[in-house]
Amino acid sequence: MLQIECPYCGVRDEQEFTFGGPSHVERPTPECSDEVWTAYLYFRENARGPHAERWCHSFGCGQWFNAVRDTVTHVFHRVYAIGEARRELEESRQ
Amino acid sequence: MQRYSFWSLLQHSFTGNSGWQAAWRNAPLRSSYDVVIVGGGGHGLATAYYLARKHGIRSVAVLEKGWIGGGNSGRNTQVTRSNYFYPESSAFFDHSLKLYEGLGRELNFNVMLSQRGHMVLAHSAHELDMCRRWMNSIVMNGVDAIMLTPEEIRRRVPILNFRARYPVVGGFIQPRAGISRHDAVVWGYARSASALGVDIVQGCEVNGFLRSGDRVTGLETSRGRVSAERIVLSVAGNSTVLANRAGLRLPLTTMALQAMVSEPVKPVLNTLVMSAVIHVYVSQSDRGEIVLGAGADGYHSYAQRGGVPQLRNTVAAALELFPCFSRLRLMRQWAGAVDITPDTTPIMGLTPVSGLYINCGWGTGGYKAIPAGGDTMAYTVAHNRPHHLIAPFSLERFTSGALIDEGAAAGVAH
Repeated sequence: MLQIECPYCGVRDEQEFTFGGPSHVERPTPECSDEVWTAYLYFRENARGPHAERWCHSFGCGQWFNAVRDTVTHVFHRVYAIGEARRELEESRQ
Repeated sequence: MQRYSFWSLLQHSFTGNSGWQAAWRNAPLRSSYDVVIVGGGGHGLATAYYLARKHGIRSVAVLEKGWIGGGNSGRNTQVTRSNYFYPESSAFFDHSLKLYEGLGRELNFNVMLSQRGHMVLAHSAHELDMCRRWMNSIVMNGVDAIMLTPEEIRRRVPILNFRARYPVVGGFIQPRAGISRHDAVVWGYARSASALGVDIVQGCEVNGFLRSGDRVTGLETSRGRVSAERIVLSVAGNSTVLANRAGLRLPLTTMALQAMVSEPVKPVLNTLVMSAVIHVYVSQSDRGEIVLGAGADGYHSYAQRGGVPQLRNTVAAALELFPCFSRLRLMRQWAGAVDITPDTTPIMGLTPVSGLYINCGWGTGGYKAIPAGGDTMAYTVAHNRPHHLIAPFSLERFTSGALIDEGAAAGVAH
C-alpha cells in the first residue's frame, strides 16, 4: 500500500487517490502539425526512475497536485502544487 | 538435440536418468551476428527460432539481462485465446492459437496446451447484449465462440455463485481457448533455437546502441560490444527505456500487472472463467492451484510487484463468484512490468531507425501471442518488410489515426 502525502491533508492511503498520468503535458495550438499533435496525444513520459505525475486526492480534499515519484521504488520524492514549474523535478533529482 | 519420446524416457530410466543433456547451450557472446534479439522471453526466443528454421538465418543471438523466461513470460497466467473483436486482432491471435495447437509437436516439447474453453460472464441484460455483439464479431472473424445460457454455465461450472451481488445472466465461451505451460513454451523455443545454432546469452544487459548515421550497427552490453546487421527489441516493460537510447520514442505506459495462485486442491474448475464487471479471471492449473488474474495497478511502475489494493479487489471478486474458495490460502503473488499502448494493440515491425525492429506494447496479453509474435517478427526481420498480419500494428498508426482500439485485448483475461 502506497502512503501518499497530500499537500493539503497530509499522508493518506493510496486508495484515496486517483492517478492522473504524467504531468507538465502542454496542449499544442490547433494549427500544429500532425506529428506535434500525435506526440501530444500519445507519446508521454514513461521514465524508469523519477517521474513527474499528477495525482488527485479524490476521496479527501478533491485537490489535484503534482508529484515526483520513482517508478521503480515507488518512493514519492517531492509533492508540489499544480502550476509549479518542471524545474522542481530537476531539483528533486539532485 | 536429444529428442524427447516415450522410448527416450524408457531408455534413460534404465540408466538412472543420468544421460540427459542440457536442453540448450548457455552461449558466450560473440563479437558479431546477423541478427541480435534483445530480450530472452517467449517473443524473443520464438523470433530467434523462426528466423533459424523458416528463414535460414542462424547467426542469431538472444540477449537476456536475467535468465530466459524470468520476465513477463514467467509472470503471466498462461491464458491462450483468440476471442478478439476486430478482424486485424482476430487474424493475428488466431494464427497464434493455431501455432499453439501444433507447438508441442513442432518443438518436440510438451507445452501442455489444454483447450478447456474461455468463458466470459455477463451480469446484466446490457452486458449480455455486448457479449452477443462480441461473440458475433468473433464468429464473423472465423473464430469459434458460442453463447451460453445460465443453465449451460451452471452445468459447466457448478461451483459458480449465481446469486452474487452481480448475478450471472449468461455469457459466451471460446471452446478452443485454454491454458498452456508458460515455462515449457520458453524452454521449448530456447531448446529448438539453440539446436539450430542460435546463441542464448543470459546475464547480458544491453546498455546502449552503436550507431552509424541513422542506422544501428550494434549494441553496448554488460559483456562487451556486439555488432549486428539487424536488432530486434523484445523487452516488454522496458521497451521505452531501451528505445529512447536508440533515439526512438514509443507511446507506452509501463505498469505492474499481478496474478496469484492458491494452495493446490483437487480438480474443481475445468474451464477459464472471466468477469469484466467484477474484474477477475479464474482458472485451475494442472497442479491444482487456483490461478487468479488481477488488473494492472493504476500508475506507472517498473517495480515487478503488485499493489495491495488491487490484490484485495481481485480476491474479493474471486470470492464473490466462487464463495467455496474462501478457505483457500494464497501461496504466491507476483507481478510483471507490462507495456500498455493507447489502443491496447501491440506495436510490431520496422522503426524509423534503420536496422532496428520493435516488438512491444503487448500490455496485459503477450503470452498468448508468443508463437505468432515470433513467426511474424522473424518474417519481418528476414524480409525487411512487415508480415501482412502485423502490418496494421505499425508504429505509424498513431500518426495516421488507424488505431485498433481493441477492448477485448484486455477483456480482463491476459
